[in-house]
Amino acid sequence: MMDVWDFVAVPLSYGFMQRALIASIFIGAVCSVLSCYLVLKGWALMGDAVSHAVLPGIVIAFVLGLPLAVGAFAAGLFCALMTGYLKDNSRVKEDTVMGIVFSGMFGFGLVLFTKVDTDQHLNHILFGNMLGITARDLVEIGIVSGGTLLAVLAERRDLLLYCFDPQHARAIGLPLKVIHYSLLVLLALTIVASLKAVGIILVVAMLVAPGAIAYLLTDRFERMLVIAAVVAIGSSAVGTIVSFHVDGATGPCIVLIQAFVFLLTFFFAPRRGVFALRRA
Amino acid sequence: MSLVAAKGRRTHVASADVAATLSVRDVTVAYSNGVVALRDASFDLGPGTICGLVGVNGSGKSTLFKAIMGFVDPRHGEVRIASLPAAEALKRGYVVYVPQSEEVDWNFPVLVEDVVMMGRYGHMNFLRIPSVEDKRKVDEALERLDMSGYRHCQIGELSGGQKKRVFLARALAQEGRIILLDEPFTGVDVKTEVAIVDLLRQLRENGHLMLVSTHNLGSVPDFCDHVVLLNRVVLAAGPTARTFTQKNLERAFGGVLRHFRLEGGELHADEDRRRVTVLSDDERPVVFYGDERGDEEPLRRKNHEDES
Amino acid sequence: MSELLVPFAYEYMLKAMFVSALVGAVCAFLSAYLMLKGWSLMGDALGHAVVPGVVAAYLMKVPYAAGAFFAGLLAAIGMAVVKQHTRLREDAIIGLVFTSFFAAGLLMASINPTAVNIQTIALGNILGISDEDVWQVVIIAGVSMIILILKWRDLMVVFFNESHARTVGLNPWALKILFFTLLAACTVAALQTVGACLVIAMVVTPGATAYLLTDRFGRLLVLSVAIGVTTGFVGAYISYFVDGATGGVIVTLQTLLFLAAFFLAPKHGRLAARRRAAAPSEPAL
Repeated sequence: MMDVWDFVAVPLSYGFMQRALIASIFIGAVCSVLSCYLVLKGWALMGDAVSHAVLPGIVIAFVLGLPLAVGAFAAGLFCALMTGYLKDNSRVKEDTVMGIVFSGMFGFGLVLFTKVDTDQHLNHILFGNMLGITARDLVEIGIVSGGTLLAVLAERRDLLLYCFDPQHARAIGLPLKVIHYSLLVLLALTIVASLKAVGIILVVAMLVAPGAIAYLLTDRFERMLVIAAVVAIGSSAVGTIVSFHVDGATGPCIVLIQAFVFLLTFFFAPRRGVFALRRA
Repeated sequence: MSLVAAKGRRTHVASADVAATLSVRDVTVAYSNGVVALRDASFDLGPGTICGLVGVNGSGKSTLFKAIMGFVDPRHGEVRIASLPAAEALKRGYVVYVPQSEEVDWNFPVLVEDVVMMGRYGHMNFLRIPSVEDKRKVDEALERLDMSGYRHCQIGELSGGQKKRVFLARALAQEGRIILLDEPFTGVDVKTEVAIVDLLRQLRENGHLMLVSTHNLGSVPDFCDHVVLLNRVVLAAGPTARTFTQKNLERAFGGVLRHFRLEGGELHADEDRRRVTVLSDDERPVVFYGDERGDEEPLRRKNHEDES
Repeated sequence: MSELLVPFAYEYMLKAMFVSALVGAVCAFLSAYLMLKGWSLMGDALGHAVVPGVVAAYLMKVPYAAGAFFAGLLAAIGMAVVKQHTRLREDAIIGLVFTSFFAAGLLMASINPTAVNIQTIALGNILGISDEDVWQVVIIAGVSMIILILKWRDLMVVFFNESHARTVGLNPWALKILFFTLLAACTVAALQTVGACLVIAMVVTPGATAYLLTDRFGRLLVLSVAIGVTTGFVGAYISYFVDGATGGVIVTLQTLLFLAAFFLAPKHGRLAARRRAAAPSEPAL
């Protein structure tokens, strides 16, 4: 019992670990809720795309002296809009267009980064720097993720209908375009909030895994939201603490804990797990 | 490599000489969900035949095609093509299959002539480089379906009927002796329908064997010399005149088709006991005229056979 | 003028330009198939999934290609197994598996920061490539290219119309396995030039650009490979002047070419479409 206590208490005696833990809980909460929609809508690549695309935004925001989050948000949204425009006006498939746009923006961001003298570490942008989160960062993360979370929860029924049955949503008079773009905006905001902690490349894991896990455990959307949130917050917290003990990067630890939970669910889920199916 | 090429040529030559026969023996197909789509189907067809395959939706027409093409494995029974086991005949390219709707990406960057050339792949060498003969066969096939003018169109730019003709041209270029056509008349214009029927007749003259599934009951007596009636089992099989009777059709389509009769006072002022029976599956109806025995031949358009 | 020729004076630059062009060519060849099938996420996923294999190979001092290939295979099997047993959408499964693999690679690298430079793997470092790695890349890309030149028509038929491929005696299953094996191999080669994060551009963008320029698959392949070679070569050349980020430069060039084709392509371009809309009396050809 003492060992478990030490396992948690020792890391938390450091200020940077306390901040990391709080940040990871915020991020887990907001990502998990978004992930339920992305998994149902089939937007995993969209999450991947928007997150990679923020790189040039961060560099340009630095050059212009704007808050980095603003640049990241604008670039992420630009990627989504550009994808929509190119797809609507050519015969190239949507996923291909998305791949072209985000990789192009990411590549351009890399070139910009080497030409611009910034105080940012590329590694931190790419892979996150959970342990370097300052009190100011924490406030920023709290505001962005809290706001996003409230917005998603308030609109959760409209968003669900949009993901599940867009035709019906249109038929009952919901503004599809508005919902589509609000989901994109919320996605971009979530990614911006998570950047500091897990980095550009692993955000998409946070945006897919919790929803996927919850989807294997329940057939009801409200429960799915709750399960996803519990899984994401739990894995973020555990991952942060584990990373302290193994002296490894935090983002990957969180993602791997989620992967582990997914594997457990995959095999042992009461109704849809491999073993349950085999018994049936 | 030259060995492979030589083999390719040999099968091609053999394909033209082989007698086109199809023998389906006790074929039962069950899908993994336990549904038996076809039970103990048996019939035989010989060269120079157009055989109509008739039955309601879900009666096993497509399943029968898939079983012949080896896309599904029968639970038991055997298909023999040109006196060979089906797999061997397929490998030698004796059989051509034209599905109802091609599941292709219509935006795929291929032109009409490229698609038809794909029919020649079974005859080509390892590198699939078209020979002069391959090109000639493609030209011929396009010409025969009246699609030469469209050869440089991207495949998606065509109308539904034109697409159908392109895939028929590909089937021609493939030079199989046995041709399976799944609902060739669905969703095509009249011009294409006439072109298809004319083509089938020509191929019959050349000794090909064609199995054609169709909803278009009215046109069956026009061009099919044999009919197989299907409803999970083979209800009847044989020459059209004997098989495509009112009684058999009512067994195959009982309660499913639009079906109405004119008799007695509606039709004749006198005591004539003959009556008109119309069976329709939303396309061209089949019409029977005779007494209630129900075994007379259906009416057909007179002019057709005489013209050809 | 002479300043522009400077990169040609350095052996490492010549090596970088040559290797980038070769990798660009073979990736572009594959891109013609990948983009038509809507499998872009697959290209991205393979690029990321091979990373733990590469890290492990560097740690154990075995050829990086072997490790990468093994990890890629493992990821593919993982995706297939999850797909078979759950009702999750394919994109979610792919996203889940490749990020988990990538995270494993990152974690391994972060625990051994001196042995492996994760940034090299994620972003490529063609200017600093070792001779041993050059050989691996050249062999992989060369063999893949030869196979593709021999088999491109068969792959085209399988990708266009699988049931027809079967009736002319092709084996679609075997050809698809061949395709994904080549894709994995080229992903591994591309890691060296553009890195894991930008592999997707190499295996998607050139093909999509060519797709806007022609309706014939043969020409599409030629155009796509030409784009891949040119952007690889020129990108590596330019990166001499911007101090690195070779992958970024190559991919930026590819994206710019795509945008140019999107607006200016003679038949499928935006401007052509607008012209047609403005003059509806003209027959659209």
